[in-house]
Parts: sequence; C-alpha cells; structure tokens
Amino acid sequence: MVSITGVIPRPTGYTGLWSWLTTVDHKRIGALYGFSAFFFFVIGGIEAGIMRLQLVTSDSSLVSADWFNAMFTMHGTTMIFMVIMPFGATFFNFLVPLMIGARDVAFPRLNAFSYWTFLFGALLMHAGFLIGQVPDAGWFSYANLTAAPFSEGKGLDFWALSLQVLGIASLAAGFNFVVTIINMRAPGMSMMRMPVFIWMTLVTSILLVLAFPIITVALIELTADRQFGANFFNTAAGGDPILWQHLFWLFGHPEVYILILPAMGVVSEIIPTFSRKPLFGYPVIVFSGIVIAIMSWAVWSHHMFTVGLGAIANSVFTITTMLIAVPTGVKIFNWIATMWNGSIDLKTPMLMAIGFVALFIVGGLSGVSHAVSPSDFQQQDTYYIVAHIHYVLFGGAIFGIFAGIYYWYPKITGKMYNEMLGKVHFWLMFVGMNLTFFPMHYAGLNGMPRRIYTYAEGFGWEGMNLLATIGYFVIVISLLIFIHNFFRSIKKGAEAGHDPWDAPTLEWSISSPPPVYNFAEVPVVRGQDAYWITKREAAARGETVPAEPHVDPSTIHMPSPSYWPLITSFGVVWIAGGLLIDVGWDYIRFPISFVGGLITIIGVIGWSNEPAAEEHHEAAEQH
Amino acid sequence: MPTNTHGDDEHGHGGIHLPDMSYYPIILAAGLTIIGAGLMTIVPIRFPNGKRPELAAATGTYEIKSEHGEVINTSTGLSNKKLLMWSFLGSDVMFFGSFIATYLVYRNRSLVGPYPADVLEIPITSVSTFVLLMSSLAMVLALSYIQQGRQKMGTFWIFSVVVLGAIFLLFQVYEFNHFGQLGLTPRTNLFGTTFFILTGLHGAHVTLGVIWLIFLGFGSIKGSLRADNAIDLEIAGLYWHFVDIVWIVIFTVIYLISARDVAPPGSVPFVGH
Repeated sequence: MVSITGVIPRPTGYTGLWSWLTTVDHKRIGALYGFSAFFFFVIGGIEAGIMRLQLVTSDSSLVSADWFNAMFTMHGTTMIFMVIMPFGATFFNFLVPLMIGARDVAFPRLNAFSYWTFLFGALLMHAGFLIGQVPDAGWFSYANLTAAPFSEGKGLDFWALSLQVLGIASLAAGFNFVVTIINMRAPGMSMMRMPVFIWMTLVTSILLVLAFPIITVALIELTADRQFGANFFNTAAGGDPILWQHLFWLFGHPEVYILILPAMGVVSEIIPTFSRKPLFGYPVIVFSGIVIAIMSWAVWSHHMFTVGLGAIANSVFTITTMLIAVPTGVKIFNWIATMWNGSIDLKTPMLMAIGFVALFIVGGLSGVSHAVSPSDFQQQDTYYIVAHIHYVLFGGAIFGIFAGIYYWYPKITGKMYNEMLGKVHFWLMFVGMNLTFFPMHYAGLNGMPRRIYTYAEGFGWEGMNLLATIGYFVIVISLLIFIHNFFRSIKKGAEAGHDPWDAPTLEWSISSPPPVYNFAEVPVVRGQDAYWITKREAAARGETVPAEPHVDPSTIHMPSPSYWPLITSFGVVWIAGGLLIDVGWDYIRFPISFVGGLITIIGVIGWSNEPAAEEHHEAAEQH
Repeated sequence: MPTNTHGDDEHGHGGIHLPDMSYYPIILAAGLTIIGAGLMTIVPIRFPNGKRPELAAATGTYEIKSEHGEVINTSTGLSNKKLLMWSFLGSDVMFFGSFIATYLVYRNRSLVGPYPADVLEIPITSVSTFVLLMSSLAMVLALSYIQQGRQKMGTFWIFSVVVLGAIFLLFQVYEFNHFGQLGLTPRTNLFGTTFFILTGLHGAHVTLGVIWLIFLGFGSIKGSLRADNAIDLEIAGLYWHFVDIVWIVIFTVIYLISARDVAPPGSVPFVGH
C-alpha cells in the first residue's frame, strides 16, 4: 500500500493554502471551524433579516410564502447545525488539549476529517440555493409533509442528505473528544480537577455520540421513503408520521443541550476569572451538567404535547421537563454565588457571561411555562415559543460564544481586542436582542402563530413585529462593530502577553499564540485551578511566572499533516450529494454516489496505511 | 368543583366558557417538590478532595506501549484506539436500537401482505445465525494466535472469519431474493420496509467488517499485522462481535418473536403464489 501514499508526497509545510488543507493541528482546525461558523452566522442572519422585513407590516408580499418557508427552514437549520455547533467545535478544538495539558487531540486526522466533512456538508446544504430547490418544511421537517408527493423537488433531499453528512462530522468530533478527555489528561489532572469547560465538553461529546445516530436513522428512513419508495412515513401503507416526531425529538432534545452545555462551560471559566474567586460549588456544577445530560433523554415529548399522545404521556413529560429545570437552576445559583463578594471586573467577556446568565434565566422561565402541558397547548407553534428559543439560543448560546471569543482572543491571536468597542458590541447586542425577542412573548400569547409568511391587519401584531424588526437592525450594527474590532485588533491590537486576565487554567501558562507543540514540558497538575496554584505559590516567593519558554519544535514529536482526511471527506459528501443529481439520466445518481463511496474507501485505506506521525521531524519546522 | 361557566343557555351551551378551577396544579407542584427533595437525599455525593495528598498518587497516568513500540502516557491504561472503538459501538447501539424500535412500532401494522408468517423461515435463518456465531469464535481464535505471534494460524483464522461472514451474506442475499419473489420488497408494506432496511443495514455492517478483515488478513501474511500491533485486530474483533450481537437481537425480534405474525385485523389477507 506504500504506492498509494507515495503517489503524492505527505505534506510537511506549515505555510500556504496546502498547509491549511492538510493541517491536523487542533489550533488551526479550531480557527477553520470558527471562521466557517461565523460565515454561516452571517448567512443565517440574512435569512432572519428577510423574515423580519417581511413580517414588519401586515399583509406583506416582500417574499412569497414558499420563499418564506425556505427562509425559516434554512435559518433554523443553519443556526443550529452550521453556527452554534461549529462554534462549540471551535472552542473544543482550540481549548481541550490546552486545558488538559496535551499536545493535540487523540486522533488529529479524524479531527481534520470532522472539519472538512462539516464544511462540505454545510456547502451541500446551501447548494440547493443554486438551483432554487431549498428545504422548506421547517428545520425539523415533519413527516409526512416531507413525503415525496407533498414536497416535490429536491429541497428536502438536500436537507436530509446534507444533515446526514453534518451528522457524520459531529459524530467523528464527539468520538475524538470523548477519548481525548478520558485518556490524555496531564499527570495529576483527575476528573475532578478538570476545568468545568472540559467537563461540559465531555458531557456534550457523549450526548453527541449517543443522540446523532437517532437522527441518522430518521434521515435514512426519510431518504428511503423519498428516494426508494419505502413506507416508513407513508400513511397509505399504514406508516405513522408521529414516528418521525419521536425519532427527531429523541435526537432533538439532547441536541439542544449539546447546543447550550459548551456555552455553560465557557461561562463557568469566565465568571471565576473576572470575579477573582474560584468557581462556587465545582462538584455540584459538574454533577448538574451530568444530570442535565442524563435527563435530556427523558423529556423529548414536550415538543409533542399538542400531537395527541394522551393525558398520561403529557403528564409524565410535564414532570420530567419541570425536573430538568432544577440542575440548570442550580448552575445559575452557583454562578451567582461565584460572583458574590468577588472582585468583579466588567471586561467584555464578563459582560457577555453575565448577559448569558440573565438572558438564559428569561429563556428558562418561558421554558418552564412550556413544560406545563396545559399551558403549552396555548403556546405551541406561536411566537411565544420563538421567544423562548431565541432567549436560550441567542441570549444563551450566542452570548456564551461571544464571551468565549473575547476571553480567548488574546490567547489565540496574541493581540488584545479593543475593550471599548467590545463593550459597545455587548450593549448594542444586548439591547437589540431584547428588543427583537421580548415582544415575541406578547405576540405569541396574543395568538400570532409561528411560520406564517404574513398576517392580516386587525390582529394587533404590527407593533410587536415592528419592535422586533428594529431590534434586528440593532443586532446587525453590533455585529458589524464586532467584525471591525476582531480584524482591526489582529493587526493593530496591543500585544496581549501570555496571561492578560490572570486566569486559573493551563492554557494561560504558555505563550500567546501557543507554539505548535503547546507545552514544552507536560505540566503536572496539583489541584483545581492549576495555574492559580502555580502563580500564588510563586507570588508567595515574590516571583512572577512568565510564559513557558519556547523550545526547538523539531525536538518534539507531533502528528504530521495529511491529505487523507480531506480526500475521505470529499468522498463522503459525494456519497450523499451524488443522490441529488439527475441531470441527463434519472439513475445517474447511483453511479455518482458509488464513486463517492470508492473515493471514501480509498481515503480510508490511505489513511490507515499512513502512520500518525512521520519519523523524521522536518514536518515540525514552523514559520 | 366550582365552575367558571358564564352565560349558559338552557342547554348548557353558548356564553363564555373559561377553564374550570382546579386543585391539580398545586398538587402537581407539591409532588414535584417532594420528588426533588427525595432525590437530593437518596443520592450520596462524595467527591475526592483534590487537596488530599494520598489521592494525588492515584491521579497519575499509566504508561502503555503503543503499536509503534513507543511508550505513551494515558489516563486510564487503555489505548486510544480501543476507547474509540467502544465509543463508536455505543453510538452504533443507538443506531440499531432506533431501527429495531421502528420495526417493533410497526409490527402488526402492515395493511397488505406478505406478512412475516408468509415469508420468514426460521430453520434456514437459524443456520445463517449459527454461521455468524461461529465466525465470532473464529475471530477470537484469530486474535489469540496473532497475539501469540503464530502468524500462520492467525492468518488462517482471520480468513475463516471472512469466509463465514461471506457465507452469512450469501444467505442474506438468498433470503432477500427469495422474499422478493414471494412478493415482499421494501416498497410492499411496513413489514417489507422495516425488514429490508434493518437487515440490509446490518448486512452492510457485516460487509464492511469482511472487507476490513480481508485487509487485516493480507496484513498478517505480509507482516504488517503482528503480535506487537495485534490491537488493530482486536478492535476489528470488537466491531465484529458487536455486529454479531446485533444480529442475535435482530434474529430474536424479527424471527423468534414476530415470525408468526399474520395479517392483522383490518388488513388485506395475503394470497401466496
């Protein structure tokens, strides 16, 4: 098999486009995820803007009903799968090895494969726009609206097949982080000395690994129905559309905890740093995170209260859903207790983190009102639910993500962002977010349904919608300020140093940006908040702790770059995407898909026959 | 129970009907509080104290030999590859579990035949099940020989797994064809859809395993699979045993439990050829 790997020489460089396409360095992969996620955030935001412009007045015809359906479908799908999840992956990738004192993740090439598969899947999802066949059945695509006779065209096929590819990317990443966190911690870092962010990453990764196969199955069943005439959701053959809902939400509810737990982990790192106090109740916060993940499997039918499951089922899920609010509340109390009597420093990361706590509380309160199935009967499919979703996902996940971006910006780039612009971003985004989504509580309780492309005048919803649309533009302005700050500070920001925040975790002990090998010497961990321990002891001796000095990278054995993950990902997306092609001949899709399978197998063979790292260290030269 | 109905006419209709007052919300709230309080008392939470020095020694790392011969530090003493395979198998449990659940949900709900009793043949499938089970035995033997450095025997048994797995697949191909001729396809009814997709995906897993083992078999011949990197065969073995266990569940659910299912009430009886 050497001849396969010898056709194109294994990459060795660290500069140029080819080095980015073949990187296996977790820090670079994190950067790739981050930029991609932000790109799709803008796209999802444009889709939101189109909806807000359409809904600002009654009886609007800015866009057709069909395009509006495509907008809310793509907005939801994009924001969940191509923005929040890859932003989570950005932080997992960049931080997990640094925080646990490792040099890289357990499977660096699998890591690269996750990223490329994600990117190709996301591009495939959007490729429908090129031919005007865009998914339009909602981000959850209920059966049997999604059956071939009722959703003609390829939009739903794009949705199902692209989501399948994205699922493979998430699974690969989940496996990688489970093994990395369990098996590659530095000496002395027991599970109960890990940073809370690492705990949340572990819990999220376990949820990913267990939940995504369920949507894989649901999507296979949908694809089998649409492409091959199977009967999974074919009511004429006795198929039950509710089966789709059960499968989707058995995945979907753990999925929303996959979306929020990383942000909770980020916030759990930031609040202690800017309160100059250790995290209050570390074991309880860890335990609550685990309990949330376990209980997330027991609540899925709260998305189905109005489907007609019956009083007993509805009651059971009401109870379990109300109970899952408890560990979340416990975390919130612990964050507040961390700040209590602390020395609060309101830098941008802290503002974003406190904003997360406040806004997540609002989202949680509306969530508890949904949990009670009788009241949910009034709220389901109204804008009250939209308000809840966005308070927890925007006010929660997105604010947490921005908190993390500002917090780790100096570590990743080596420069400090502009603090004043950061604060302006925060306040504008905070005001804009509330202006957009708070009125939706009222609109929803006043009867405005979700997913309507327009509404007649006389319902009295115009005022709330106008406020929401104004809020949207305030958010847009805040994001423009963020983009400006981000790029300008890379060029002109002040040198950040290795530890600008006097933070407790290991990533701050090395230079900013970190060297390619992360740690010259694997750290030995002596307690929670390991770096604070080091610094306090040094301070007691009257010394400060500098960044770990750099060593010659060629003396440290690192995994070598590889093009096999890219090739394998390319094959995977053609297995899925091939099924969408019927140009020239209806059945051309099967040979194309088969060729994609061959490329995947060749990729896997080449990958397996290549060692993780080459023997000679010319690969480790860094510029 | 007091009511909240206003303006009823003599038939009890019309007027404004507000929801009736109810004791249930407060009963529910009290119950939830008691559940929460109970949970907090029954779960003993004891966490190790990071400051206790005697525990620090217990948080060290374990050195294992990688397949390249170098010593690597792990937190558990297990290899990364093995943990990866176990994680993957956990996800595959959810995968097959969802399809098996779909099969069970749709059991006895087909509207037209053929129904399970019309097509399933337990004797033949028992033979193919036996073949697959024997392939797991062959797998164990193969791993044992490779771990001992006995390449020839190891190679023989690896290819035995391949042959037995291929025989199983031939049985599946025969069965799929036979059922097709009897009138059962994935498009026919719910039984056809769920049966073919579930067993078909299982067969796909077996096929991937057979291909993997062919590569490992040739690796054993050429010397790239040896005792010191036997873990590569071991993880293939884990995968293979998992696929076997899934088949045992599928065989039990489809053949042993539902093989006598006939046309459910309200459906069209099946008239065979």
